[in-house]
Amino acid sequence: MKHRISALFLGTALAFAAGGALAQDKNVKIGVLTDNSGLYSDLGGAGSTLAAQMAIEDSGLAAKGWKIDLISADHQNKPDIGTTVARQWIDVEKVDIFVDVLNSGVALAVNNLVKEKNAIMINTGAATSDLTNAQCSPNTIHWVYDTYMLANSTGQALVKAGGDTWYFLTADYAFGHALERDTAAVVVKSGGKVIGTVRHPLNSSDFSSFLLQAQASKAKIVGMANAGGDTTNTIKQAAEFGIVSGGQKLAGLLLFINDVHSLGLKVAQGLNFTETFYWDLNDGTRAFSKRFSERMKNKAMPSMVQAGVYSGLIHYFKTIDAMGGNPHDGVKVVAKMKEAPTDDPLFGKGTIRADGRKLHPAYLFEVKKPSESKGPWDYYKLVGTTPADQAFRPLSESACPLVKK
Amino acid sequence: MQALYAQLLVGLINGSFYALLSLGLAVIFGMLNIINFAHGALYMMGAFCAYFLLNIAGIGYWPALIIAPIVVGIFGMILERTMLQWLSGLDHLYGLLLTFGIALIVQGVFQNYFGSSGLPYAIPDELKGGMNLGFMFLPIYRGWVVVFSLVVCIATWFLIEKTRLGANLRAATENPTLVRAFGINVPRMITLTYGLGVGLAALAGVLSAPINQVRPLMGADLIIVVFAVVVIGGMGSIMGSIITGFALGVIEGLTKYFYPEASNTVVFVLMVLVLLVKPAGLTGRAA
Repeated sequence: MKHRISALFLGTALAFAAGGALAQDKNVKIGVLTDNSGLYSDLGGAGSTLAAQMAIEDSGLAAKGWKIDLISADHQNKPDIGTTVARQWIDVEKVDIFVDVLNSGVALAVNNLVKEKNAIMINTGAATSDLTNAQCSPNTIHWVYDTYMLANSTGQALVKAGGDTWYFLTADYAFGHALERDTAAVVVKSGGKVIGTVRHPLNSSDFSSFLLQAQASKAKIVGMANAGGDTTNTIKQAAEFGIVSGGQKLAGLLLFINDVHSLGLKVAQGLNFTETFYWDLNDGTRAFSKRFSERMKNKAMPSMVQAGVYSGLIHYFKTIDAMGGNPHDGVKVVAKMKEAPTDDPLFGKGTIRADGRKLHPAYLFEVKKPSESKGPWDYYKLVGTTPADQAFRPLSESACPLVKK
Repeated sequence: MQALYAQLLVGLINGSFYALLSLGLAVIFGMLNIINFAHGALYMMGAFCAYFLLNIAGIGYWPALIIAPIVVGIFGMILERTMLQWLSGLDHLYGLLLTFGIALIVQGVFQNYFGSSGLPYAIPDELKGGMNLGFMFLPIYRGWVVVFSLVVCIATWFLIEKTRLGANLRAATENPTLVRAFGINVPRMITLTYGLGVGLAALAGVLSAPINQVRPLMGADLIIVVFAVVVIGGMGSIMGSIITGFALGVIEGLTKYFYPEASNTVVFVLMVLVLLVKPAGLTGRAA
């Protein structure tokens, strides 16, 4: 009997100790799921992992007794590989939070899994606005940009400037479809017309056939609903076929600083497009970008995807620090992240909406002429700013079940 | 109808790249019995070589058309001497695996240093601009690519099929012992042939640099299609690969016009159909 009682006491004491340890759990595992080898690897890839590493260092959590692990993997732009890695990360590696996850096809697949397993995804790389619309999830925050915002900003600006007839060159997968759909809606709403569209396979190297079709359509604007290497090759070959000199205008619906760097200003000059981050915006962005570039191969400046990884993780770290420990409960942490306003040197002050949409301003840029650029990576001129509350899809138009109407 | 002509012409232009690349593959397979999976990587090296020549040494496009194939060709010959020659007489699979490994390493190294987005290479001033053909705007550079590729293809075919050197080479692949008995240095001949095939790949790389971005994965994207071309044409058949290269470019161009979504797969559908009817390829020797 005596033994039984002491065993009971011991058991209860152990249970309390374990419970206490749970509340005080200061372990975090971050997974950077990205394209490390394909056509988007310059936008995310190793740069996203570096940004995550810098966020861990800058968070100061290690000094407070936190243990933060970081792993990264290549999803090769294939949704099946992405979900296999993600499943293993959650089940075996005990990953708490996914960042980057560029490529809309991969992001939508991982989005479902993260919800099912109650992990967290801060998506900074994928563009599809479905992540916070029909497929929104209490476990996902869409951080940097989306197709609705790109369409709204660039699309509207170009229609207003007289580009009222459009022809789309669209990457034939979830991202391209979403970008084309959202931009077409804005074009029509602004009084323009979509004359035609051609869908090309992802990672095409030759766009001449598609460009000839766009040229024959006589549309004023050739909208490129593609990204990365597909966009740079389109722009380069459009110049060759005299699309722009023939009077049509190219619209880069999604362009990154790495694309402009790779094209060179001679070819890219004059292009208009939208980003939510540029290294040379203010002192905060410059300071971070300088530190980033020094540690990066080729001394590249951060893309908005990579900047988003840093910014998203900083807010996540602040949240779990305020919670006193990591509850490993995705829904709970994301809800807390939505409650607090965001503030970091890269994206400034912002908020996260009920549908998981992070809000911050969107900037319309124009690529400088070679004569205007003062040096490497000095590429953009700011043309206009859309305030945070107008840049993204209004909640009144949202189909997200998390939004109370 | 006019749009159709334009697509046919664009198809022909792409076909010229396929023809040049598959020609090199066919030469290497026909003469060395090696399925050269490193071909795409060597094509990429040709483009990078042109880029380096311009940006480091200030050597422009025209000299690069000669220098880059020679430099990459020498690299190919070193590969042959140090690695590939040990595989002669073994199953094709060994050569395929080795060259595939080489391709991955070369691409990996380039990607590590130069990223994925690629580097710019401008069209030479002499070939800038275009002309209006009535049914399309033809960039002069693209016209040049077709003409130049055709000349190179025919010259290579002539070299192998119609000259004494070519005859020796073909004899050496049929019966190396006998040819050696005539006092011909067969291993050196094989090394030079591999160098020639690799040089052709590098030449295609230089030609493509002004059209595409100079990217580490530019060869990886193309190599599978080019292999399909070689298989359809008949493994090792020089003329087969030239004709199939151009023909597939045109068929792919038409698919891009009528059903763009299938443009990446049409080549493989054709490959399956051809192999069902003629397992050795259109002009291939029966196994």
